[in-house]
Amino acid sequence: MNQSQGFFKDIQISCLVVGWLLSNTASIILSFRVWGGQSMTDSAPSWFFYSAEMIHSLFLINHLGDIFLEKHWKSVISRSVCDYFFEAREKAVDPENVPPVLQTPHHYLISIYRGKLFFLSVIQTEVPPLFVIEFLHRVADTFQDYFGECSESVITDNLVIVYELLEEMLDNGFPLATESNVLKEMIRPPNILRSVVNTLTGGSNVGETLPQGQLSNIPWRRAGVKYANNEAYFDVTEEIDAIVDKSGTTVSAEIQGVIEACVKLSGMPDLTMSFMNPRLLDDVSFHPCVRFRRWESERVLSFIPPDGNFTLMTYHISSQNLVAIPVYVKQSINFFEAGSCGRLDITIGPKQTMGKTVEDLKVTIHMPKAVLNANLTATQGNYTYDCTTKMLVWDIGKLNPQKLPNLRGSLSMQTGVPNPEENPSLNIDLKIQQLAISGLKVSRLDMYGEKYKPFKGVKYVTKAGKFQVRT
Amino acid sequence: MDCSSMDAGFSSLRSEAAGAMRTVLVSAENLQLTLKPELSQEEQSLTHTNSSPKDSHKAGNEDLKEMLESSKESLKLEAMKRIVGLIAKGKSASELFPAVVKNVASKNIELKKLVYVYLVRYAEEQQDLALLSISTFQRALKDPNQFIRASALRVLSSIRVPIIVPIMMLAIKEAAADLSPYVRKTSAHAIQKLYSLDPDQKEQLIEVIEKLLKDKSTLVAGSVVMAFEEVCPDRIDLIHKNYRKLCNLLVDVEEWGQVVIISMLTRYARTQFTSPWMEGAEFDENKAFYDSDSEEKKDQTEAKPYVMDPDHRLLLRNTKPLLQSRNTAVVMAVAQLYWHLAPKHEVSIVTKSLVRLLRSHREVQYIVLQNIATMSIQRKGMFEPFIKSFYVRSTDATHIKTLKLEILTNLANEANISTILREFQTYVKSQDKAFAAATIQAIGRCATNISEVTDTCLNGLVLLLSNRDEAVVAESIVVIKKLLQTQPTQHGDIIKHMAKLFDNVTVPMARASILWLMGEYCEKVPKIAPDVLRKMAKTFTAEEDIVKLQTVNLAAKLYLTNSKQTKLLTQYILNLGKYDQNYDIRDRTRFIRQLIVPNEKSGALSKYARRMLLAPKPAPVLESAFKDRDRYQLGTLSHSLNLKATGYQELPDWPAVAPDQSVRNVEIVEPLREWAPIVGKTKQPKSDDKFYSDDEDEKEEEGSDSSGSGSEDSSSSSSSEESGSESEEESSEDSEKTSSDSGKSSSGSEKSSSESESDQKKKKKTKKAQQKKSKPTADSDSDENGNGPVGQASSSSSESSSDSESDSESDSESDSPAPKKKTEVKAKPKVAVNSKKEVSLLDLDDFSPAPTNAPKPSVLSQSLLSDLEGLSLSNISSAVQQEKKS
Repeated sequence: MNQSQGFFKDIQISCLVVGWLLSNTASIILSFRVWGGQSMTDSAPSWFFYSAEMIHSLFLINHLGDIFLEKHWKSVISRSVCDYFFEAREKAVDPENVPPVLQTPHHYLISIYRGKLFFLSVIQTEVPPLFVIEFLHRVADTFQDYFGECSESVITDNLVIVYELLEEMLDNGFPLATESNVLKEMIRPPNILRSVVNTLTGGSNVGETLPQGQLSNIPWRRAGVKYANNEAYFDVTEEIDAIVDKSGTTVSAEIQGVIEACVKLSGMPDLTMSFMNPRLLDDVSFHPCVRFRRWESERVLSFIPPDGNFTLMTYHISSQNLVAIPVYVKQSINFFEAGSCGRLDITIGPKQTMGKTVEDLKVTIHMPKAVLNANLTATQGNYTYDCTTKMLVWDIGKLNPQKLPNLRGSLSMQTGVPNPEENPSLNIDLKIQQLAISGLKVSRLDMYGEKYKPFKGVKYVTKAGKFQVRT
Repeated sequence: MDCSSMDAGFSSLRSEAAGAMRTVLVSAENLQLTLKPELSQEEQSLTHTNSSPKDSHKAGNEDLKEMLESSKESLKLEAMKRIVGLIAKGKSASELFPAVVKNVASKNIELKKLVYVYLVRYAEEQQDLALLSISTFQRALKDPNQFIRASALRVLSSIRVPIIVPIMMLAIKEAAADLSPYVRKTSAHAIQKLYSLDPDQKEQLIEVIEKLLKDKSTLVAGSVVMAFEEVCPDRIDLIHKNYRKLCNLLVDVEEWGQVVIISMLTRYARTQFTSPWMEGAEFDENKAFYDSDSEEKKDQTEAKPYVMDPDHRLLLRNTKPLLQSRNTAVVMAVAQLYWHLAPKHEVSIVTKSLVRLLRSHREVQYIVLQNIATMSIQRKGMFEPFIKSFYVRSTDATHIKTLKLEILTNLANEANISTILREFQTYVKSQDKAFAAATIQAIGRCATNISEVTDTCLNGLVLLLSNRDEAVVAESIVVIKKLLQTQPTQHGDIIKHMAKLFDNVTVPMARASILWLMGEYCEKVPKIAPDVLRKMAKTFTAEEDIVKLQTVNLAAKLYLTNSKQTKLLTQYILNLGKYDQNYDIRDRTRFIRQLIVPNEKSGALSKYARRMLLAPKPAPVLESAFKDRDRYQLGTLSHSLNLKATGYQELPDWPAVAPDQSVRNVEIVEPLREWAPIVGKTKQPKSDDKFYSDDEDEKEEEGSDSSGSGSEDSSSSSSSEESGSESEEESSEDSEKTSSDSGKSSSGSEKSSSESESDQKKKKKTKKAQQKKSKPTADSDSDENGNGPVGQASSSSSESSSDSESDSESDSESDSPAPKKKTEVKAKPKVAVNSKKEVSLLDLDDFSPAPTNAPKPSVLSQSLLSDLEGLSLSNISSAVQQEKKS
């Protein structure tokens, strides 16, 4: 007790001194110096003490290898630490191939590659790497959310907002506020009108009012939301990941589903979404707002939604279930030793489309290096061949079951080079509106907690994810 | 430009010092900045105005300074924005410190924030000037607005200036007792900062941590555990009393906190509970442990079968729902927790979630695949059903491909090998040659591990020898060499085939491998081997070192077996080797010569030459690169790097005998055995019980408990009533914790199961209610009683799974309203009991108030009303109460 009183006195004195200093800012610097100098020598060891915070520094690096932003949450780490990364980057040839976790003599580097940018974080001690990776992606998502894209030019244009965001998202290397709803209350996203007004009036893009979200029991939703039109839209998007082999049999196929929501509802709505066939869902992950227990016991999604756009849930229907493959591909790609040419013939037809139309059909082929040019005719759509990237893209559009699209012709090859061993695989893109290929259906959406009647809508769409046809 | 900005702080020095001095400074910029900034900065603050005009950058900062000193807010703001821009680009702006720090007390929030950013960045370099700002923060710490208090503490604690340690300490202590959980959270963060600034404060900080650990707010939990992990991870005793609370809060803690808490609890559990892994478990990790006291262990298990500590079970149960988190780090944390803590048969529940993560970003895939690779070595069965998820796509990044390959190889067994090999055939043809080579290695591994397919693989590899790509051929040769070693007898043909290829192969490793094979099995190819040696003699000088070494090797072996034909050739090669540039080769040559050519100096050794050189050699073992990764805890940086990272803490082994369990009791009201399952139960949905079937006792208790508090069953046995009242006591105690926290548990995911059960009913009832809207509440009351007997039935078979229960319920629902009306009369006495029960229900709800299940307030049953009684948050409850009155 006595000790603590003494401690108090100490602090009062220092407070007094400091207060007095502040009132005499200009004249006092000289006399201050002696005191400051002394304190420095006393505490020298602390300079060399490494703390065990999670993320120490962040560097943003563009595809040319320039560091265009750095942020340190603790003491400054020299940029030269990035040299180890550049070395690995050089070795990897392709930016996708850079190992996400690197080791340097004194630090560990964990990086992600998003939108042609590297987010490189410097770590000093043991930390779960996924923790850092997940956080970096969250940072990139936030930029995307704020600026519409995540590129070097937007980030440098909005440097101050970016810096403020980073400051809020991480405190001493530990994530603080990562919810978009909360961040937006503290730091407003830029828009043209506001920036004009700001320059005229000297206004700011920092929220004048203090956020409530952090402090309420529902951290993901801001308080006092008001809309004239109350609407809730849900997009059920399913992507088919499949590998189809040469003969047309499915090697593996699975469905990745996601329910994106755009909820603009006033007050504190409590929503319940139920499905016609929840048993379909093999494995799910939720936005933190969804109540796990309700799902486990009743297979309904019960949640108080964040305001605006968010991902309500993602689900996975694994290869153990039967997955419908919407199109079939008949292809033959041959390279002839003699005459250094090749032939290509591709036809696509509908397979299991559930009576819907297949749209935005596109075939992408990464040709072997030896293919110089392509001379093809398409019965439908256009094709392009990029000689430098060796990418053949055939943009078909809508699939007409009566008249199947076909692409055929010859490929001219480099002479004197042995024929490629492997035929290139075809990557298929497609879209089917108004259909969730797994058969998942939302049966109803109920709202509790608010009196008004919201407008509700659910949209389904099926896309090809990583859909690959081996040849 | 960079140079000039870096040594901006030394401008004054520079103006005084000579040119030589300057070059030294420039070369040691960074060092200088940290070693003696005080001198330069003070000088600089004194002579600030005289900064060198030569420096254009400095001139730019000069007008920033003017802007900062102007009276216009907008100019100041603009200046600060540009300064932050400088900081972001890594350029120095430290000389503006005095001008910036004056604005710390600005009313403009944005300006203030930017000044904070600046302060945190430069305070360390400009310590004494930084002190000017302290009093502003001290004032702000007393602000009525919690947000201002928190942000003041945040910045104050980020100023890494040792002299303010006592001020920080005081501020932390005060903030730790703040009414606002947000401020308390900030104080937990500040603890770590202060600790890194001055480790001597440890004892005092531990006191604060101890206090904050008792905090019931979900907002604080993650941050304080983080502080605990950093300051005093060894003080496990601080956790005991908070263990159950942390487990129960876990679902509602923010994502990042969940990761930290889970990893801390993993360590905790490993020190406090006994191993749930039975005898004969094939965990290499714990072999030593089992071996050392297996005797003792056996005695124990014979005497008393393993019973899991209820607290251990509580942890497993409460982390399970987090597998559904959107945050990949959380999922991984739970997966490693199950891996390290759960009984073997339960670990597999994490599989699906891990496989799901594979759809995430490239970097996430990388880490998850690494962990799966380690897991799949020990537990093939876990991932075998998902084998197709590991099939490689041509668009995957190379390191992802290799990891998938690794996993596929680990998962290969007799049953699936043909599918896997077919898949591998596609990969071998890949355009990515590094990957194709890795595939060949993988085929080799499959061939050695599964003897049924060795021949198939070998034939396949031999076919690859005619591949056009050299890397593929070379890799095949290397792998074939290894395979032949395992069963050399019947493969003379292959060796001949490879000898034919020899001329075309240029990859040194492959050539060396062929030469070694020739030498090793020279008896099988008596004609070809000397010819190969002849060719080598011609090209010897142009070969790579490994090839030369193997040539010498081959020569020696042939000399011993077939000296008639090869004597001269050997002599020639040994002579070439003698004058080689590489000393290894000269060395080897001399050694071989002494060994095989007997002369007076060589002594007795040459007698054994044949036995030495032609000794049967053990076949190499082809094993996974992830074989030894299990020394590290899964999900850690160390595991990812396969190397012990700074600050890595070993996961402790299970204790042989469990430490005292009672340390975790917060208040000993009931004996522990009864206590814990009930608390667990309140968090636990029915479906889990079905899964965890290992603990009979516990299950029975839970069963009866659920029938008591869950269904509104009036005729439940007395024992269940007892357990109901127990849970009441416990929950009321808990409710103090939670309710003080302004009902944070309302996110509802930690609803009590009794609630969720009644929810189920509620749901159906409301549905029905909609069908017959006109019916008054009294009707739904009868509905309720109609459920009575059914509840009874289900309670009598309390062991029955949740499925069967819900079935029976839905049966009752399918009943037409007519029989229910019949029961209305009979039910009268039951209603009385029912109301008695309500008291406990009400309290239970207090314990976890959930706005979750706010149903339509149109028609509500009696039970529903009681359920909603505890809801403090939603305005519905009041509406409900009104209805109840009416």
